[in-house]
Amino acid sequence: MQQRRELDQVYTNRKLLNGQLDTPKWWLPTVSILGVVVLIGVIVIATMINKGLGLTGLARPVYWGLFITTFVFWVGISHAGIMISAILRLTQAEWRRPVTRAAELLTVFSLLTALVFPLIHAGRPWRIAYWIMPYDVARGIYPNIRSPLIMDPVAISTYLTGSTLFLYIALIPDLGNLRDRTTGWKNAMYTVLALGWRGNPRQWKMQTVGGILLSALMLPIFVSVHSIVSWDFAIASAVEGWHSTIFAPYFVIGAVHSGVSAVVTMMALMRWLWKWDDFIRPEHFDALARLLIVVATGWLAFTFLELTFALYGQDAPEIALREMQMFQWPWNALFIVFFLTGYAIPVPMWCFKRVRTNIALMFWTSILVNVGMWLERFLIIVPGLARRTPFVYTWEAYTPSPVEWTIFIWSFAWVTFLMLLFSKFFPLVPLFEQKESQVFTDDVMIGRAKVPAIVREAD
Amino acid sequence: MTTAEFGTHNWGMVVDVDKCIGCNACVIACQAENNIPINTQDRVERARSISWIRVERYWEGDFPDAKARFIPIMCQHCANAPCEPVCPVYATYHNAEGLNVQVYNRCVGTRYCANGCPYIVRFFNYWEPVWPESLRNHLNPDVTVRSRGIMEKCSFCVHRIRRESRSARSAGTEIADGAIQTACSSACPTSALNFGNFNDPNSKVSKMKEDKRHFTLLDQFGTDPNVIYLAKIDADKKVGAGEAATHG
Repeated sequence: MQQRRELDQVYTNRKLLNGQLDTPKWWLPTVSILGVVVLIGVIVIATMINKGLGLTGLARPVYWGLFITTFVFWVGISHAGIMISAILRLTQAEWRRPVTRAAELLTVFSLLTALVFPLIHAGRPWRIAYWIMPYDVARGIYPNIRSPLIMDPVAISTYLTGSTLFLYIALIPDLGNLRDRTTGWKNAMYTVLALGWRGNPRQWKMQTVGGILLSALMLPIFVSVHSIVSWDFAIASAVEGWHSTIFAPYFVIGAVHSGVSAVVTMMALMRWLWKWDDFIRPEHFDALARLLIVVATGWLAFTFLELTFALYGQDAPEIALREMQMFQWPWNALFIVFFLTGYAIPVPMWCFKRVRTNIALMFWTSILVNVGMWLERFLIIVPGLARRTPFVYTWEAYTPSPVEWTIFIWSFAWVTFLMLLFSKFFPLVPLFEQKESQVFTDDVMIGRAKVPAIVREAD
Repeated sequence: MTTAEFGTHNWGMVVDVDKCIGCNACVIACQAENNIPINTQDRVERARSISWIRVERYWEGDFPDAKARFIPIMCQHCANAPCEPVCPVYATYHNAEGLNVQVYNRCVGTRYCANGCPYIVRFFNYWEPVWPESLRNHLNPDVTVRSRGIMEKCSFCVHRIRRESRSARSAGTEIADGAIQTACSSACPTSALNFGNFNDPNSKVSKMKEDKRHFTLLDQFGTDPNVIYLAKIDADKKVGAGEAATHG
């Protein structure tokens, strides 16, 4: 059992609701700066839609570039939520408790961001309805369900719906708590959102059952979403670097790697910004880092397998592509950075408990992982297309344009912005989960005897 | 090889590489016929030029015995096209006449088809097309001007096929072999490009494709193209069928 402070409920409430009931000093300036970045990004996106994709650096034969890389990156980040809240909930890992909401939130917001990229990168975004939305039955033209691009919106919207419901169900008890502590319009808002939460046993039972059911329902999505995203590439039979049968599990495990790392980054930020040292403790970082060692090593195995499968066929174009990806400028530099940041630096560091329990080190290593994971997607997508085909007509390179970089930066500002806005109105650490874990480890008096009321082992 | 499961027509092309002199007349004819915007220096440098047919130069043999060869490459109208299943909106599909058609109105511009195409003969309109004032009235009224944000590619001059089919139908006759010529094949001074119906065993192209020099481009992908190439005849050595297909 971990050593922890006894936290009474009043202290827990006051500390964890400090984002909603008061405003931290840094909140408004940070949100304003992010708001400006978001606004610039929106203007750039609007300009690009207005003027055309000529503003990007895309050119034959690299028809997909930074946007699709960033799309895959954010879908990958979104796997954090389902990993942490659904799987750890079903396996009853107690240490998940303070992390669940942040992870779910990251899922919802990163999916919302990821969705933007395939839409703005289409040549005629105003016709998107025709692709994703209600089918044009009148003319007998249905979307082509053989295309992974039809399965993408289906998978992502299912995931988004499931995650949003999951987030909301877990939020209801805390909304009741906030309703009782606010006045005016905020009170009215929380009253509506809390759906008449009184905290009676029947409601608790329904809330718990709802959470467990949703966790179980979301498990298939855990496998499906990134598998489908990987098929965007894997089914292109003529692109050597893409056409691989291993892509689905490879992408899923890579997504968990980057998603859990993003949760670590976010937890460290939460701990520093809201001073939640009592709630987000080094033991949580320790547990996540142990999980990450396993996931990252599994992912590394898949990386090598992918390479092995590619080279095993001894196919000349495939070998040429791998040579370009690893040994030719500028891809070789990116490849080295990718390998160092994605695995070689963080994972050996996590093998030491002193690193795992050091919040600053965990923060920086988790950022490194995501640099590496972004580069991984970039190195699959862009060199795959920029390979030298037998036709010299298409030997061209791709350089992302400033417009693409701006929209790339916008996506990070946008997720952080949404997160901070959310923190103003809803608690980022679930209060009831926190209290429940206290109860599970509390000592209670039965008659004269003091009995440890351990419902579940709290480690 | 091309399949004969289509109706009466299975349009295809036989390209005799031995006859190609690399004059680029087909490229210009196609440009004029199909309302393709002018490939300015800027567009060519940024690899955004559009040319539905192009003449590739490649080298055969090792130095000092290397020889420059030409090969015209256009959409291969594959029976098993990698571009077709990936389009989410059916903007590209295979019609009953063996053509890989592009429906501009449906296209939303995901560019997925272009990623799938091993021949890289699909082109994206990054900008709204513009022509100099003097060329405005020279556009072909039978061919749609493509707006920005959509894909385009060789259509085997489908408007010419339609025009001939219509007149044949109204006259109650069959389309004669050779009556339909694409812009490139009619411009080719050496008859390297030959267009016709593969479903008619007596057509010129059906007979030509039986030549032992025949090969298809990048056949390792199993795309089953409707464009058949006839290999270059080397005066110095004997070149068997398909040898030129392995050019690098």
